[in-house]
Amino acid sequence: MSTTTATHHDDHAHDSHGHPTGLMRWVKSTNHKDIGTMYLWFSFTMFLFAGGLAMLIRAELFQPGLQFFQPEFFNQLTTLHGLIMIFGAIMPAFVGLANWQVPLMIGAPDMAFPRLNNMSFWLLIPAAFLLLTSFFVPGGAVAGGWTLYPPLSVQGGMSVDMTIFAVHILGISSIVGSINIITTIFNMRAPGMTLMKMPMFVWTWLITAYLLIAAMPVLAGAVTMLLTDRHFGTHFFNAAGGGDPVLFQHVFWFFGHPEVYIMILPAFGILSTIIPTFARKPLFGYASMVYATTAIAVLSFVVWAHHMFTTGMPVAGQLFFMYSTMLISIPTGVKVFNWLATMWKGSMTFETPMLFAVAVVFLFTIGGFSGLVCSILPVDIQLQDTYYVVAHFHYVLFSGAAMAIMGGIYYWIPKWTGHMYDEKLGKVHFWLTTIAFNVTFFPMHFTGLAGMPRRIPDYAQQFAEFNMISSLGAFALGLSQLLFLYVVIKCIRGGAKATNQVWEGAHGLEWTVPSPAPFHTFETPPVLK
Amino acid sequence: MNKKAIFFLGTGLSSIVSTAQAAYQLNLRAPVTEIARQIYDLHMLIVYVCLAIFVVVFGVMFYSLYKHRKSVGHQAAQFHEHHTLEIVWTIIPALILLVMAIPATKTILAMKDTTEADMTVKVTGHQWKWEYEYLGKDVRFISNLATTQDQINNKAEKGENYLLEVDNPMVVPVGKKVRVVLTADDVIHSWSVPSFGVKQDAIPGFIKETWFRVDQPGTYRGQCSELCGKNHGFMPIVIEAVTEDKYNAWIDSKKAAVAAAAASGDKEWTKDDLVANGKAVYEKNCAVCHQASGAGLPPAFPALTGSKIANAPIFGADGKYLKDGHLDRVLNGVRVMPSWKALLNDVEIASVITYERNALGNSVGDVLQPAQVKAAR
Repeated sequence: MSTTTATHHDDHAHDSHGHPTGLMRWVKSTNHKDIGTMYLWFSFTMFLFAGGLAMLIRAELFQPGLQFFQPEFFNQLTTLHGLIMIFGAIMPAFVGLANWQVPLMIGAPDMAFPRLNNMSFWLLIPAAFLLLTSFFVPGGAVAGGWTLYPPLSVQGGMSVDMTIFAVHILGISSIVGSINIITTIFNMRAPGMTLMKMPMFVWTWLITAYLLIAAMPVLAGAVTMLLTDRHFGTHFFNAAGGGDPVLFQHVFWFFGHPEVYIMILPAFGILSTIIPTFARKPLFGYASMVYATTAIAVLSFVVWAHHMFTTGMPVAGQLFFMYSTMLISIPTGVKVFNWLATMWKGSMTFETPMLFAVAVVFLFTIGGFSGLVCSILPVDIQLQDTYYVVAHFHYVLFSGAAMAIMGGIYYWIPKWTGHMYDEKLGKVHFWLTTIAFNVTFFPMHFTGLAGMPRRIPDYAQQFAEFNMISSLGAFALGLSQLLFLYVVIKCIRGGAKATNQVWEGAHGLEWTVPSPAPFHTFETPPVLK
Repeated sequence: MNKKAIFFLGTGLSSIVSTAQAAYQLNLRAPVTEIARQIYDLHMLIVYVCLAIFVVVFGVMFYSLYKHRKSVGHQAAQFHEHHTLEIVWTIIPALILLVMAIPATKTILAMKDTTEADMTVKVTGHQWKWEYEYLGKDVRFISNLATTQDQINNKAEKGENYLLEVDNPMVVPVGKKVRVVLTADDVIHSWSVPSFGVKQDAIPGFIKETWFRVDQPGTYRGQCSELCGKNHGFMPIVIEAVTEDKYNAWIDSKKAAVAAAAASGDKEWTKDDLVANGKAVYEKNCAVCHQASGAGLPPAFPALTGSKIANAPIFGADGKYLKDGHLDRVLNGVRVMPSWKALLNDVEIASVITYERNALGNSVGDVLQPAQVKAAR
């Protein structure tokens, strides 16, 4: 995409008089770059914390028998690991990337609603506070799994109420953020940037924002019904009062499955940005990428009950949800093929972002295959609630979402800081992460096939060997992320000066502004040829 | 790969490899029902299809990563679409899916067909044990984890079937179609027997069903597969498939045991016998929440030592048991405390209440007779 650049010669002069400083720069910030930075740091903090919980889980599962924790606390660890990774780490990281990149990529001076933007970030803090402090209330943190299934969650202590409140707050934050992103994309694109000329990352976020607006209120409804069942005498999920525990699962997964795509579509957008840059070749099948993303988003609303194949649905329901789930592999396959065709006959180099992107294509596809295996209902009967499912969703959420985010950070951080990151350390971080990830999660396919249930603090002896391997991998995976933290801090503090374009093959408006991107960009809209 | 892994883990691992179970099992368990065999074959079909796609797709990718590099001087082409190719790689996956969907659909229809069963067993999930009731046979029993706490807490050597053993296994005849109807008493559980290809959630307030027909005698093991609270990992399922003769003999022995228990409920028991019997009942059923010492796990599970209920009178002046008294609580439950009316017989309830009142740091001194429990039901 070529542009006539509207460089702002007065950027620095402007900064010097309008630039808030100190703590208030962050608290009252309405600047998309500062808010993006805060989102990313929040997300990284939560990522390390929830990763720490995962390492405690793996410590307990290192050997058969109960070594460190009682079962009740173990269940708190698994539940909070899931909740915090999803709502605290992955989702805010994508919002952070959107905040930084969407205005830069479409040539907008900022987000459409800067104050709402500030609010949607700061809402995260009380929600995180509620989740983290729930460990210290009587009865401990919520222990019924991140899915909060009743009647088990009705039995829980006050931490369940804190979690429900946190989910409400997070939902408001997501909805407000999504409205902001949609409005920005529709109204603030540079002249000449039609929808079908938008960068792919912007497209995937536009669709994701719609998914969020459609899905988050459903989750809010589900947990509100849970709340009234717990405290106000309703019986939505209590059979004794005419309710149905499975109703919760239907409502929850009506949110939950779009949520899965909320966490992967922006990752697809990152891949579609990184791969063309380092292949030095335009994205293959741009239009079909847009259609495939839309198809995935639409299908995501009609597949929810594949999470519930063992509840005993009528056969017509089972068949419908099996077929619709299998269909999702078609547009997902199209995306993978398009990435390969983008690489094909390119002129590739393998800087850290590209390494992450290629690894994500490879590993996410493994997660896609195990998803296809699970979509076949009779096979899923064997695999539901076993470690196979744990392996599957970590292949799509860690080696899909989380590693795409890491790749995106390496890709854009020179633009944010004005410095190149340490390429050698970045590559070390990549290889440590990729190897440790596979050592951790690949054996879980085997323990799952052999029938080891998930969410158990102790296991039969035939699972001992693979669990020990998984635990060793998990410790290495967790510790490797401290290297990531070091590389990021080192890059902020200094390093080789980044050029405006940063990457030889990079195209797009964000590469036309200086590095680091000045506090205000595109005050005069650029014009696309 | 296994050798490398063992090398990597060093000696720590080899000390753990002590069971006769197959370590490093890579696939589904050996199927022993027609449905489980179909599932096994379906899974292999999908795995082979996926492997084939994997090899082709990533063969192309790695070829490209190797050949189309800047460092080997490859110049970037600038094509960015190819309609025929895009249509082809949309249609081929659709056809592959069709190939998978047809056998899967057949298996689903067979799995859902619970008609013409030879017998029906009602399975009820409780926190944290399974109850089996052979409908029409007057046989009903609770199946508890048999692994000791010492093994779980690493104070004793773990047995071969650690965490996969129960005191009362479910017994079924081979070759018969067994219909299983499932429900739960408190929260959702899931009854899973991998060798049978069976996993069905047990949902409180609803009846769900599944079925199996085992072809070879043997002992088959599974575990609860839906998170159901703190002891979710400690409620296994054990099924013994035996010949029809052995099955009939087992049914008779179970009936005889029930009759013997009823007879012992009619006699007068001494306090010492009740306390001694109650200790066993307590440790099997109550200690999981109230703890072996009676200290409980407050606030979720209150202590029995010094508890108001365990130290207050059981019966009122009118001879009826008091509401919220000790017997009322055990018979009818409250909130997370289950009702034991259907789970324990008169002798067991009388014993455990007498035990709780005269042990665990309590010394009320009174005795509850099985006959009084019977009258209170």
